[in-house]
Amino acid sequence: MARTPATSRRALLFGTAAVSAGALLTACTSNEPKEQEQAADNAAPVADDKPGKAVTIGFAGPQADHGWLNAINSNAKSRAKKYSDVTLEITEGSNDTAQQIGQVQTLINKKVDVLVILPADGKALTQVGLQAMRAGIPVVNLDRVFASPQAYRCWIGGDNYGMGLNAGHYIGEQLKGKKNAKVVELAGLDNLELTQQRTKGFDDALKNYPNIRKVARQAADFTVESGQAKTAQLLQAQPSFDALWNHDDDQGVGALRAIDQAGRDDFLMVGGAGAKSAMDAIKAGNSVLKATVLYPPTMAASAIDLARALGQGKGVGGLAEFEIPSSLTLYSAVVTKDNVDQYLPTGFI
Amino acid sequence: MTQPSTAAHKDAPTSATKSAGEQRSSRRSGPWWDVRTLSLLGVLAVLVAVGGITAPDEFLATSNLQLVLTQASVIGVVTVGMTFVITSGGIDLSVGAIVALASVWATTVATQEFGFAGILFTAVIVGVGCGLVNGLLIAYGRMVPFIATLAMLASARGLALQITDGSTQIVSVASVLDLGARDSYVLGIPPLVLIFAAVTVIGWLVLNRTTFGRRTVAVGGNAEAARLAGIDVRRQRLYLYLLSGLCCGVAAFMLIVLAGSGQNTNGNLYELDAIAAAIIGGTLLSGGRGTIIGSVLGVLVFTTITNIFALNNLETAVQQIAKGAIIVAAVLVQRRSLHGDT
Repeated sequence: MARTPATSRRALLFGTAAVSAGALLTACTSNEPKEQEQAADNAAPVADDKPGKAVTIGFAGPQADHGWLNAINSNAKSRAKKYSDVTLEITEGSNDTAQQIGQVQTLINKKVDVLVILPADGKALTQVGLQAMRAGIPVVNLDRVFASPQAYRCWIGGDNYGMGLNAGHYIGEQLKGKKNAKVVELAGLDNLELTQQRTKGFDDALKNYPNIRKVARQAADFTVESGQAKTAQLLQAQPSFDALWNHDDDQGVGALRAIDQAGRDDFLMVGGAGAKSAMDAIKAGNSVLKATVLYPPTMAASAIDLARALGQGKGVGGLAEFEIPSSLTLYSAVVTKDNVDQYLPTGFI
Repeated sequence: MTQPSTAAHKDAPTSATKSAGEQRSSRRSGPWWDVRTLSLLGVLAVLVAVGGITAPDEFLATSNLQLVLTQASVIGVVTVGMTFVITSGGIDLSVGAIVALASVWATTVATQEFGFAGILFTAVIVGVGCGLVNGLLIAYGRMVPFIATLAMLASARGLALQITDGSTQIVSVASVLDLGARDSYVLGIPPLVLIFAAVTVIGWLVLNRTTFGRRTVAVGGNAEAARLAGIDVRRQRLYLYLLSGLCCGVAAFMLIVLAGSGQNTNGNLYELDAIAAAIIGGTLLSGGRGTIIGSVLGVLVFTTITNIFALNNLETAVQQIAKGAIIVAAVLVQRRSLHGDT
């Protein structure tokens, strides 16, 4: 016990150094263990960026003939590339139901570990989803939902109703206090269920604003050409109105063109889906386009994350659940000039 | 080669058609105001009345006339080319796909660097190139037009998709975009409508006042008789598909001006619209008779219907049902008046 103060001081110094070095060491590695800690909390391992068990993910989507669908493919590909333990088996996109069924069956026969399917038609591909699940391959159903929950392990997709709802609320707030405000809607392909859902959400939101009346609705078909044609007609039919909601930014290119050609700037326009060209226009702030409601193609990247976690038998971080949720509905954020910089990287071309 | 022998028939209906069938040539040789054209004008008049009654302020405005004509111009130019092909007894199913391919090829970043001329040149050349392939396959490869152009439809759409990768190519060349702006209207007429009018006039002159037009009708009426009469049927067919491709190229350029972009979905189902307009107009699907004025009226009828529906804010479903009904009605009216005539 009778130690000189010098030794004691040295020991103290050494001790402190050792402790802080240890602390430092743990701190260095704690970026990863932090999640492990979380995992330890709920006793379920969660997927993280560290390489784990190798997973082969089969991906089948429709033909990328539209900016959004193209972004879906590239999001999936780049996300898969990020993980060294993921091999992506991607099939040639097809809009033909029979062909897509064949492609998924090929992936099943190849015995991939997990399937990510964005069906050209959700209902029509239900059977092949069931087949995969029965073969023991978990299916991540992307966006267009199968008819039966048995056909997928997890569904992730956008919120069409919410898109309409948020667009309606944004317009409602912008036109607050304006008497007898008139709103016009440029819908997408009318024979798709998602178009009906978007319109329903939009109408429901507008019900909260008694000063606003929807005076016209026309359906284009997601192409620039149809957007131009239908908007030109709408502008002719409605000599004055206060706001226009366009379901889709791709057809919005045509809509903006028609507005430009008609020389109109007496209303505000809100887009949908989140194309880069729309975000650029919002940022520039020199057109009628003031906002767009997201339908984020990043969902494909998230689907790859989910598929990888499923393949490795892990959960997702940030939730207390042991298992991956059976359904994930994404939020349709409203992108305006104020927050456009944050979303610009997700904008598709 | 066969030039001298055909030139002899320049001023009269070719002996080929006469020998092919008196009936056909006499049915064709009527003036432009024949009963079909008149009945179609009647349909158009009824539509104008309906539009004027249901949406008087919007429908009868000058701006609406400009709008209807502008919207008709792109498909109108395609229909003029289609009319020639159908008159010769052929069919071109690839027009929509060629418009799509030409419009995306002409709006790539590389093409846009060459400005207005680059875009126009590319659109026209791609159109003509596709037409050339069609024509060679049909005339010299002896393929059935339906199959050859169906193949072109598939490959041109595919190539368009490959070029764009599914994305929308936005045009940033100001001089091209300005052509669609209100400032560039000539005496209140949009430039696109002027192009449409020019193509129509040239098309009418070529079909009705030139040897080329008469040969086209002859080939459609009876190809074998036309050949015996000294017409180079194969070369004529090649030229006709070239012509259709040329019209598609011009239409693609017009569409670029109109939509300010190129997209692989452009020109969707143009083939059906163009064929329907030509047939309603009075061009015989089996060949041997064609009318440019009828085709243009057919296009105008379709565009006016769409316009009236949009102005009255009708649902898409109702629009489609009514459109089908009106096509049937228009054809029935024509039949009726024809039977009454003969």
